[in-house]
Amino acid sequence: MLKQVEQWVKAALLEVQEYVQLVGRVSGAVVTRPYYYRDIVLQFEAIGVGSLVVVSLTGFFTGAALALQTGQTLDRFGARTLVGQLVSASMIRELGPVLTALMLAGRVGSGMAAELGSMAVTDQINALRALGTDPLRKLVVPRVLASTVMAPVLTVIADTFAITAGWIISVTNLGVSTSTYWTQVQEGLYLGDAWQGLIKPVVLGLVIGTVGCHVGLSARGGTQGVGRATTNAVVVASVLVIAVDFFLTPLLMRVLY
Amino acid sequence: MAFATARSPELEEALGPGSPIVVFDRVSLAFDDNVVLRDISFTLIKGHTKIFLGASGSGKSTILKLIVGLLRPDSGVIWVNGERVDNRTEADLMKIRTDLGMVFQEGALFDSLTVAENVGYKLLEEGAPDGEVWRRVDEVLGFIGLSEFIDRMPAELSGGQRRRVAIARAMSYKPRILLYDEATTGLDPITADTVDNEIIKLRDLEEISSIIVTHQLRDAFRIATHEAVHDDNGLRIVPADAAKAREAEFIMLKDGGIHFEGHAEELRDSRDPYLRSFLS
Repeated sequence: MLKQVEQWVKAALLEVQEYVQLVGRVSGAVVTRPYYYRDIVLQFEAIGVGSLVVVSLTGFFTGAALALQTGQTLDRFGARTLVGQLVSASMIRELGPVLTALMLAGRVGSGMAAELGSMAVTDQINALRALGTDPLRKLVVPRVLASTVMAPVLTVIADTFAITAGWIISVTNLGVSTSTYWTQVQEGLYLGDAWQGLIKPVVLGLVIGTVGCHVGLSARGGTQGVGRATTNAVVVASVLVIAVDFFLTPLLMRVLY
Repeated sequence: MAFATARSPELEEALGPGSPIVVFDRVSLAFDDNVVLRDISFTLIKGHTKIFLGASGSGKSTILKLIVGLLRPDSGVIWVNGERVDNRTEADLMKIRTDLGMVFQEGALFDSLTVAENVGYKLLEEGAPDGEVWRRVDEVLGFIGLSEFIDRMPAELSGGQRRRVAIARAMSYKPRILLYDEATTGLDPITADTVDNEIIKLRDLEEISSIIVTHQLRDAFRIATHEAVHDDNGLRIVPADAAKAREAEFIMLKDGGIHFEGHAEELRDSRDPYLRSFLS
């Protein structure tokens, strides 16, 4: 039993060490040549444009539900008109970055793990190396760059849809006027909120990209291994998104406010 | 077009006919407690063929991965084309690999690229002009008889066609050494013969040194005992004369070590029980 625990701890530490090494090597590769521009553009399109619908829908329905729920709660204090403030602050500071990142973990992280995992188990990664191409530069850097840069862009889009949905619900269900809603949206926001809403997704996008690539490249054992890698990528990235958000929030609050 | 690396005239002369092109000196490798290779030493002469035989898991494919630098040995020294590869960084190995081609088990073709893009991959990566790349792709696919499949995706090819495209990809940039990892495993005898013929043609007509890993004895003997000739009667695969047949050497691996090293005839005549059981 003790030996099993020891082995598990060793394996976990090794995994963390390999992940940190990958992040280090990616950082080095991002600032040095060669760059695979075509692959970078393709990944930006696949991750950014490809995730637009899922992220917009998530934002829209979250904003709508948030307005409905908070409207009722605010009624108890006679503060229904503050619904715009609550929706915008919650979405931009917290829900927008986290929910967008969770959607990306499910859609993009799993895709990266499945794609790179299939390449690993069919020797395509080794074939790339044998042909003189560094898989890190060709496969990992474009994916990590795309997820890191596109995550804040997608978060802003999700926030926009959420606040718009909140406005529709406020006007149609809660009887709050349009001008009151938008005035509250603006009044409830500080510059720090906007920075928080942009910095968080950058970090979360980096986590999703690096986890997806690391898990994919480590896949072993045929199609079963690819399946395991895909599941692990989603689970690990989702948990890390929530955990990193928890640790990042107080840090950003101290720095930005 | 940037084919295999340019070398100094002195090194070129030192690596001339009859010189060693791949050297293993007491190479050992273990994965945790599992010893895969133990004190392996052998030399491949330029233009010759080495055929590695052995049961599954005997370390045959590992030898190829060590040559390309995909793995590092725990001890021992490996020389490829006059360069030591066992202690090089990944960046240094990239240069050495320009003179090495490897055909992986199942081909390892890139799923998202067409046959033409797979074959021309390395030349495109090296920045060769598009026109020259596609001309070379046409030439290579013609050589292996797959010109009509140029725009197909790998998923649309049969197992044998995939292996042949993998050979075309490996030879497209004219490397001086080609490594074949189970190139005919799982193929029917007729398709396997086609792949064997490509290996023989590359060795004899393009003067490429070959290392072949297989447990298909039929294919191993065919490659060792046949040669390609190109004369007035066209291109033919014919039984090799004794001198040519001796240019192909067999190495049988067992329990991480070399159990047998010799030519086709010596392997056939061996009374060793393990070899007999393998040959029967």
